[in-house]
Amino acid sequence: MKRLPFYILALVLPAAAGAEENFPPPQFTSGYQFPPMQMPYPRAAIFGWIDLAVLVVTLVAAAYLALRLRSRRHLWLLALFSLGYFGFYRHGCICPVGATQNVALALADSGYQLPVLVGAFFLLPLMVALVAGRAFCAAVCPLGAVQEVVLLRPLRVPAWLEQPLGLIPFFYLGIAVLLAWTGSTFLICRYDPFIALFRLGGSGGMIAFGVGMLALATVVGRPYCRFLCPYGALLRLVSPLSKWRVKITPTDCVKCHLCADACPYGAIKPPTPAPRGTSRREGKARLAALLAVLPLMLALGGWLGYRASGVLARVHPTVTLAERVALEQQGYAQGTTLASEAFYITGQPNETLYAAAAALRARFAPGTAVLGAWVALVLGLKLIGLSVRRHRTDYEADPGACLLCGRCYEACPMQHAEDVEQWRAAAGEAET
Amino acid sequence: MPDSPPKRTRREFLREALRAAGLLLFSGGLGAVLSRGEAEEMVWQIDPEKCTQCGQCATECVLTPSAVKCVHQYAMCGYCKLCFGFFRDQRPDDGTGAENVRCPTDAIRRRFVEEPYYQYMIDEPRCIGCAKCVKGCEAYGNGALYLQVRHDRCLNCNQCAIATACPAQAFVRVPRSKPYILKTRKASG
Ligand code: SF4
Ligand code: SF4
Ligand code: SF4
Repeated sequence: MKRLPFYILALVLPAAAGAEENFPPPQFTSGYQFPPMQMPYPRAAIFGWIDLAVLVVTLVAAAYLALRLRSRRHLWLLALFSLGYFGFYRHGCICPVGATQNVALALADSGYQLPVLVGAFFLLPLMVALVAGRAFCAAVCPLGAVQEVVLLRPLRVPAWLEQPLGLIPFFYLGIAVLLAWTGSTFLICRYDPFIALFRLGGSGGMIAFGVGMLALATVVGRPYCRFLCPYGALLRLVSPLSKWRVKITPTDCVKCHLCADACPYGAIKPPTPAPRGTSRREGKARLAALLAVLPLMLALGGWLGYRASGVLARVHPTVTLAERVALEQQGYAQGTTLASEAFYITGQPNETLYAAAAALRARFAPGTAVLGAWVALVLGLKLIGLSVRRHRTDYEADPGACLLCGRCYEACPMQHAEDVEQWRAAAGEAET
Repeated sequence: MPDSPPKRTRREFLREALRAAGLLLFSGGLGAVLSRGEAEEMVWQIDPEKCTQCGQCATECVLTPSAVKCVHQYAMCGYCKLCFGFFRDQRPDDGTGAENVRCPTDAIRRRFVEEPYYQYMIDEPRCIGCAKCVKGCEAYGNGALYLQVRHDRCLNCNQCAIATACPAQAFVRVPRSKPYILKTRKASG
């Protein structure tokens, strides 16, 4: 607060130059020179391009190893490399998961230009997913890799739990995009569970969260990927369109269920009984009913979201600050917070702050309405998805959920039969 | 199921069309981003005009010690004998002994230049970015000491942890080719 008088002086008498300089700079007579100021630059731009090249190579390699070579061991080694490079060497930044927010911010705020590399990091894994599924998750993402390597004894998450938990990433994505869109914060980066590990340091809360996640990941296959990761939600949306996917058995499925047991991510769907006439008609009726209800759900979600906008707006520091300052001015709050003190030091009129907060609230209101509708849409589509049962004759990997880890290949007895055939053939050739 | 083969092809067709649309969209986006080649990486920096020397920089950075350090704008410095950044405010008998030094890690080197001027230099490896000296210089001196994110140390987190905690919202993203916000002299002389 000691600086306040200077500022008032500066405001009242803008011409009174020198208000900040209490002591005139010396006139040296001894020929003294200012020491040079050291201003170390960030790492050279070329390293960013190297990161991008590594991303491209690892993405292509992961797709090749998973879908052509079908080698879990190679995938595991590649994941280890990615963990070392993108995780420990690059300290986890920039990653496509977080880049989602930079994209949202750049779309909303013309003052923030999306850096080329960040844009490329966001788009490339999605493009690969359109062709080859979640190759990024298989062995490129450092967050996925660290969970992959600690998985010891996967427990099966029952479907009644897996289904609702699997919706969380979509909600998380919506909230994170809204908060980035409004310039509030980068939620995904703030609550990145493994970043403290990659940097070998961080706040106590984040270390505890990371350790808890890692402990959970030893018995539950990739909990962050399946039940939180917002980029995983995007990949889950895109991957069902992929051209190449995991084909579990090289020959015919004998319906032994071994692959489904081997998949730690619950991605393998069993064959369905052929639908009978009545159940089909019932399904159709249910689908029609759901489709009719969906617009109502969207409207309700939008309305609820709109009502909740005040709560979410408080994530923005300016909104919280304005509320605090208003309370202090009206005498409802005693003392100051660090933020309100910082605000008083600037000497800005309270009205400027209130206006900024009001503008932010006005931006949040439509945003939270869209968020509410998005939540309703996700729920509605999930219900619809549950009532339109796809017919399957074999065990199949669901391309949205499959992380291309390659475990099912090893589990399939037909794969082994095929391998034995090939060895026999090779041996036979060698003999003759 | 007599109607199943055409259904399959319809689904296949839909999937292919959507995939093509998606590829078009993403590659279009990628092309747009890449062709706008000037959009360079952004890095974090402290706007010294907004900074209130609250002390969070020392504790909130993901690095220990923090990537934030005190820098000294020599051109603004008064080279005071009794520097307000260097010495505490309340000193019995205006003493200049080590017990009167403000910096908790003794990271400021004081050197005699010529009567009556002294040079103060930040010993960066020792500085923890606590802003105590900055506060002193801001309050009573010329404001020649201020905090900056040092880019030989900063990991350039996508969301800077100090920016999240900064009560003055003084952390801003700046282009990596101009990674510092330098103070300039305000006085007319
Ligand atoms: S789901 Fe998310 S965290 Fe997991 S591997 Fe994929 S992108 Fe990474
Ligand atoms: S590769 Fe196989 S085992 Fe691995 S996630 Fe996909 S379906 Fe499951
Ligand atoms: S970006 Fe990260 S390393 Fe740099 S100052 Fe902020 S918290 Fe510290």
